[in-house]
Amino acid sequence: MAVVTSGPTQLEIRGVSKSFGGVQAVSRVSVDVQKGQILSIIGPNGAGKTTLLNCISSVFHPETGTIVLEGQDLTRLSPARVAGRGIARTFQNIALFRGMTVVDNLMLGRHIHMKNGVLRSMLYWGPGRREEVEHRRVVEDIIDFLEIEAIRKRPVGSLPYGLQKRVELGRALALHPKVLLLDEPMGGTNHEEKEDMARFILDVNDEWGTTIILIEHDMGVVMDISQHVVVLDLGEKIAEGTPAEVKAHPQVIKAYLGTKATV
Amino acid sequence: MIYREAGRFKTSYASDQAIFPIVQDRVFVRAAVVAAFVVPPLVAGDYWLQAILIPFLIYALAAIGLNLLTGYAGQLSLGTGGFMAVGAYSAFKLTTAFPRLSIIAVFLLSGLAAAAIGLLFGIPSLRIKGFYLAVATLAAQFFLIWLFNKVAWFTNYASSGTITAPDRTVLGVTVTGPNATAAARYVMALAFVTVFALVAKNLVRGRIGRSWMAIRDRDIAAEIIGVRPLRTKLLAFGISSFYCGVAGAELVFLYLGSAETLAFDINQSFLVLFMVIIGGLGSVLGSFLGAAFIILLPIFLTRLPHSLGLIMSVALQKQIELMIFGGLILFFLIVEPHGLARLWQIGKEKLRLWPFPH
Ligand SMILES: Nc1ncnc2c1ncn2[C@@H]1O[C@H](COP(=O)(O)OP(=O)(O)O)[C@@H](O)[C@H]1O
Ligand SMILES: [Mg+2]
Repeated sequence: MAVVTSGPTQLEIRGVSKSFGGVQAVSRVSVDVQKGQILSIIGPNGAGKTTLLNCISSVFHPETGTIVLEGQDLTRLSPARVAGRGIARTFQNIALFRGMTVVDNLMLGRHIHMKNGVLRSMLYWGPGRREEVEHRRVVEDIIDFLEIEAIRKRPVGSLPYGLQKRVELGRALALHPKVLLLDEPMGGTNHEEKEDMARFILDVNDEWGTTIILIEHDMGVVMDISQHVVVLDLGEKIAEGTPAEVKAHPQVIKAYLGTKATV
Repeated sequence: MIYREAGRFKTSYASDQAIFPIVQDRVFVRAAVVAAFVVPPLVAGDYWLQAILIPFLIYALAAIGLNLLTGYAGQLSLGTGGFMAVGAYSAFKLTTAFPRLSIIAVFLLSGLAAAAIGLLFGIPSLRIKGFYLAVATLAAQFFLIWLFNKVAWFTNYASSGTITAPDRTVLGVTVTGPNATAAARYVMALAFVTVFALVAKNLVRGRIGRSWMAIRDRDIAAEIIGVRPLRTKLLAFGISSFYCGVAGAELVFLYLGSAETLAFDINQSFLVLFMVIIGGLGSVLGSFLGAAFIILLPIFLTRLPHSLGLIMSVALQKQIELMIFGGLILFFLIVEPHGLARLWQIGKEKLRLWPFPH
């Protein structure tokens, strides 16, 4: 399907580099992300995909380059402030709060939208309690959307892997982000879970217009759901374009798709 | 008591988020609190009040405080004794400087003083974690005790170096000092721990408590969703130290009557930490269970050999006590990190299903 939408640039990644010791993980990468787009980043293991997401969400600060969201520079902000500006993410290896229930994990996704300070929290009465209930409603909507009603009171550490991935998506959605970064949301899940996840991603994009940056290995999924694809290899951007363009790109075929590519 | 979770539909999110979502639990707990205020002062003798119930309530308050920091926010502290000392010495200075100040205000202000000091010593927690943080809080412990020993101003230049609780009244009843009855001191300690246990429960089920647990469970993920680590950890240090400060003031004013810095040495820090570990990390109820256990164990160990007709020296008794603590702490850390509170919960769930366990 891949409808090409060319809205205004929402997130501008300009010449971003990041190295670890001698390893140049990301090297002068620039990407323009359009509002409402589903953009996929592909590339072999160690290509620097996760590192690029880490730079966007300020887990690391890039050594060169800038990251600008809707005209505001995010490059030097703390991760918490980046979240406040409207960027949410999931992690390749799942980073949920394992000791807490699904509801509490999702409620934490509402943290930046809540105002309850110490005094209101101590009293848990009147406005303090109202705010809790109000945000619980938002969380319950997400729980319905992701079809995880049955596990809402379970500690997330006890859930199977595929469900944890879904809960982590829910926590990111609870932030109501402008841009959602998903690091291999289908990695390690079975076929059915992959299909569910693809459906959720499309629905989120469709219903809320959320911009999505997706790292994914499954080429079928990538080609199906993304409007724009960026290819990284050894930290460098070697190609980008529509799925069809990228698939036909000779360097991509050489570097990543190899002989397995079914063009 | 027979009760069922099934069949009672959660009518709203508000009631789902209540401390005791089950009606019977709520009624039971309220009745228990009322009974705790009325029954012991009427029936318990001075020995029970003075040797068991009063220290239990005071240590429960300190344990809740440490549990907020260590159990909920995941920041290990060995400075509890020091923060309690700040509360105690502040209360002493406040009562002598402002003789007309209500003793309730004195306790609360002493808690605030401890909170300020706790905040200060919480600053390193942004950079250091786990073992290293524990060492930093240990430094706080030694520094504070050294300070109170060294600066005579804190004891109003008393040659003995002790601070003493003066007579103070609440609603005309003497609650501190040599003329306060054990029953009055008990009610006072109970009132404080009841209010602050409720406050702690409110904190941990709301936005603040969730941010603490997020930092504890996965600090980087917490930051990514917008939890600010320094602010969150400092808040935990401040509030935790407030609880410990009030408990420290109570220890002198409601229990010991007078004290030296020795009452707040490193052993106190460990004692409260043991209560938290045995009772259950991340549980307000566990803080009570842990405090009860550690207060009762030595008494039990004193009486048991006696009732069996054995003669045991005090030194040996202390050794056995330490061995039991050590063994239990290992057991709980390895086997059941949620402590007695978890065992309690398991027992309750069994009861809930009884008599139809399927
Ligand atoms: N925290 C880190 N410390 C050191 N090296 C890292 C770190 N994160 C990534 N790298 C290195 O950077 C390179 C890119 O890794 P990564 O971004 O995880 O790749 P991808 O997600 O595309 O598989 C790899 O060589 C990896 O070893
Ligand atoms: Mg990766």
